[in-house]
Amino acid sequence: MTNHWIDIANSDAILIIGSNVAETHPIACKWIGKAQDRGAPVIHVDPRFTRTSAKADIHCAIRPGTDIAFMGGLIRYAIEQNLISREYLAAYTNAPYLVHPKFAFTDGLFSGFNQATGRYDQATWTFQAGPDGQPLTDPTLEHPQSVFQHLKRHYARYTPEMVAAVTGIPKDTFLKAAKAFCATGAPAKAGTILYAMGTTHHTVGSQNVRCHAVLQLLLGNIGLAGGGINALRGHANVQGSTDFGLLYGNLPGYLALPRQQDHPTLASYLEKETPKAGFWVNKPKFFISLLKAWWGDKAARENDFCYDYLPKVSGDCSYLAMFEAMLAGKLRGLIVIGQNPAVSGANVGMERKALGQLDWLVVRDLFPTETANFWNAPGVDPSTIKTEVFLLPASTYLEKEGSVTNSGRWIQWRYRVAEPLGAARSDGWFINNLVLRLKRLYVGSLQPKDRPILDLHWGYGEDRPDVDRIAREVNGYYWVDRKQVRNFTALKDDGSTACGNWIMSGFYFEENRAKSRKAEPEGIGAHLGWAYAWPLNRRILYNRASARPNGEPWDPDRVVLRWDPVATQWVGNDIPDFRGDLAPTAPGGSNPFIMRADGKGALFSALLEGPFPEHYEPFESPVSNLLSKVQRNPLVRINPADWNRLGDAKQFPIVATTYRLAEHHHATTRYLTWLVEMMPNMFVEMGRELAEEKGIKNGDVCTILSARGQIRAVACVTERLKPFALNGRTVHQIGLPWHWGFVGISRGDSANVLTPHVGDANTQIPEFKAFLCDVRRGG
Amino acid sequence: MAEMAILIDVTRCSACRACQVACKEWNRLPGETTTFTGSYQNPPDLSATTWTLVQFRESADGDGLHWRFRKAQCMHCTDAICYAVCPNDAITKYPEGNVVINQDRCQGCLRCVESCPFQVPHLNPTTKKTAKCTGCVDRVMNGLPPACVKTCTSGALQYGGRARLLREAKARRDKLFPRGVIYGEREMGGLHVLYLLPGPSALYGLPEGLAGTGALGAALERVTRFALSSRG
Repeated sequence: MTNHWIDIANSDAILIIGSNVAETHPIACKWIGKAQDRGAPVIHVDPRFTRTSAKADIHCAIRPGTDIAFMGGLIRYAIEQNLISREYLAAYTNAPYLVHPKFAFTDGLFSGFNQATGRYDQATWTFQAGPDGQPLTDPTLEHPQSVFQHLKRHYARYTPEMVAAVTGIPKDTFLKAAKAFCATGAPAKAGTILYAMGTTHHTVGSQNVRCHAVLQLLLGNIGLAGGGINALRGHANVQGSTDFGLLYGNLPGYLALPRQQDHPTLASYLEKETPKAGFWVNKPKFFISLLKAWWGDKAARENDFCYDYLPKVSGDCSYLAMFEAMLAGKLRGLIVIGQNPAVSGANVGMERKALGQLDWLVVRDLFPTETANFWNAPGVDPSTIKTEVFLLPASTYLEKEGSVTNSGRWIQWRYRVAEPLGAARSDGWFINNLVLRLKRLYVGSLQPKDRPILDLHWGYGEDRPDVDRIAREVNGYYWVDRKQVRNFTALKDDGSTACGNWIMSGFYFEENRAKSRKAEPEGIGAHLGWAYAWPLNRRILYNRASARPNGEPWDPDRVVLRWDPVATQWVGNDIPDFRGDLAPTAPGGSNPFIMRADGKGALFSALLEGPFPEHYEPFESPVSNLLSKVQRNPLVRINPADWNRLGDAKQFPIVATTYRLAEHHHATTRYLTWLVEMMPNMFVEMGRELAEEKGIKNGDVCTILSARGQIRAVACVTERLKPFALNGRTVHQIGLPWHWGFVGISRGDSANVLTPHVGDANTQIPEFKAFLCDVRRGG
Repeated sequence: MAEMAILIDVTRCSACRACQVACKEWNRLPGETTTFTGSYQNPPDLSATTWTLVQFRESADGDGLHWRFRKAQCMHCTDAICYAVCPNDAITKYPEGNVVINQDRCQGCLRCVESCPFQVPHLNPTTKKTAKCTGCVDRVMNGLPPACVKTCTSGALQYGGRARLLREAKARRDKLFPRGVIYGEREMGGLHVLYLLPGPSALYGLPEGLAGTGALGAALERVTRFALSSRG
């Protein structure tokens, strides 16, 4: 989140797209309700009418996989109706920059596409520079080569009629939503976008999110209280996991994992990864402090701070690629912690087979999961499986201590209230003991390849690790006396400081502020004394933009920060997300987006598919792309193996999407009687019209088929799902919760038997949310 | 202690059903074996082991599609018929408003089951006694809010002085929900579970006509008929 949960109450309009917040994050309804009480309209964009839609003012029933068409329609509407914030755009974004004269968009592709490699040459996705090397700009935004005019031309095709024909949202409903949300382009208004996996689980997932950024910049909604782009993370500590580099391309603190080809040496890594301007110029300090935290005394300037010890990635190491490699027998072992890929993976039929190619599999969980029992899945003969499976009981969150970082980046301490039952142990215990035992096994080894383990600086005690010591390392300390650094501005690139995760640095200087619990009765709900938000306890990112270029707040009633010319300081309700004594008129004083080299919000920014998001159809789609001749994201590659067949709309004419319910947490809660009682069976939601066509009645058992497999589910026939009217055609949809699997007290088929193994071009996140199937009565 | 109540603000409820689970957890009620029958509502009805339940009502009426949620449980009536008809003196009415079935005294005669205008008490087939929501009498008498209120995620449930809650509910209705209804102010002599509904009570499955002075008499008459017929 750029903002945080409580701040949703400050919004003047709430756009919920790709999230069923009432069912997946029920507590958020408290803050959404407060905004509604103040008159803020809530717009819910979702294929199904859900519990969130029931609380919303406007429901836009969108065909799965057409978010860019909808968002592009909003972008066009905001520009055409002149609801954009021109002062904000000119001062804080790259809207005035002049784009390379050869940049173009033709027939669904941007300039530079290489048909042979399927990749873009991005040479024209750049700006015209003056003699000083700075981009040429037109602050009036009228120059035909300006980013703004390019953007305007790009989205000119996204008319309300086109939005209706592509997404299935009736034109008048779309216009109602557009009017309600784009009204927040007024200077003193703020609108927020809430999104989750419904946005990201697509082959265009990254560009879906980019759309949110473009619209929010156009409306001047970023940096303000009640504004921002707010990703609702799926569990209590998904944010913390991401912050610690759990994604395959990251180290802690969003430092890139070195790649063999690009970063063979420390010098090459720092050279390629450090921009010339913006806050990331400090990257070497963060990176070398991380190496120091990991290899301590062994990390010295002479040996590049043990850079060679870091594994270097070669090739695609994403989740999808990992399972494909596993299926091909290229992986020997797998440790699964807090995940259940045999239920939650894409195309689980394939992923379960892949698990059977391993020599060994370790699963740590609260219950025996489907992953731990993949060898015993329906239709599998255990005698044919050679994998040795270890199921290790994990402790619950009540049985361990440490910090949890919520979606709003608040680092909050949790205490242990009970000892784990029986042989259960915390994940921290497991990792600590695994490392200590590995180190003992390698003692005496003279082989260089074993040095990274032997030299690892690892001192958290025996048995259960000392979480306080871990927290201190995360904050960072001076190597010489082990004293905590004040925050990441004290980190050095000479080996004199160590820091486990620079973005969190500052949370534990003199005291562990994750434990702080001082609520604020007044103000904008920032609660600066409650826990600690990274970075540096800033509650709203890019908050320089909450004030006009001259330092006056856009909204005097919802001050985030204002420039006090007497004190020559920024003052207000938040910590400045920039230098607090930097006058608005000083050089760089109007650069809110501090992590970018130029400090400006990027309307024009290169992801792999292009600098502006463009609609492409999902990999399995019932219709042809109306916006261009390019049907699918041209940057995405799909494994053409037989297990990954794509379905054709003639055979599989129905659009399907998957989701979670309020009553279950992933696949684990089907062991809990109180939750199973509320949601006892796998079901399929379908509209009355489809049910009548197929002769299906409420409560009937049905079979759902895709090109990958088939499952059984109980029919939930409802008015809440409607067929889409697409350019004169009717397309039906079904919805499938994905919680079920073959173990637990409530068992059922897994929706992911049906989903394809294909992912977003930038992140490889799988396309769970839009695929084709057919449904028939009977099981 | 002053007269207390639970206010259920339906305009704020998102049907997350945490209240259903919290009730079972605090009162040590078992999960029932259910099947999915085509509605999110499950268990399908209140029972001796399900004391509160979020009801789901889907309708496509005049102004569009609605999915209405209402938490159902014992209303803890001032003119509690169950109390009036119980032949075994098994029901206690507390000054705070809680109406509680004493399991030691209940003989399972079903008079309360038959007479309740809200179909709340149910016979437990194992113990042969009737059971229902106690208003968490064991919590509230010790200064804690009822379990459902404590766990409510969206702020839809509040526990407090009945007069204050009524005042706040009316103020909220007048400000934000011009067609809203306060249910429970006068029904059955005044309920200790109050609803703020955004529309007519019938849309939420709440019986009308219980607000007059004749309500208790009419209900008692029904019980008498039941008693006579069961004797025959």
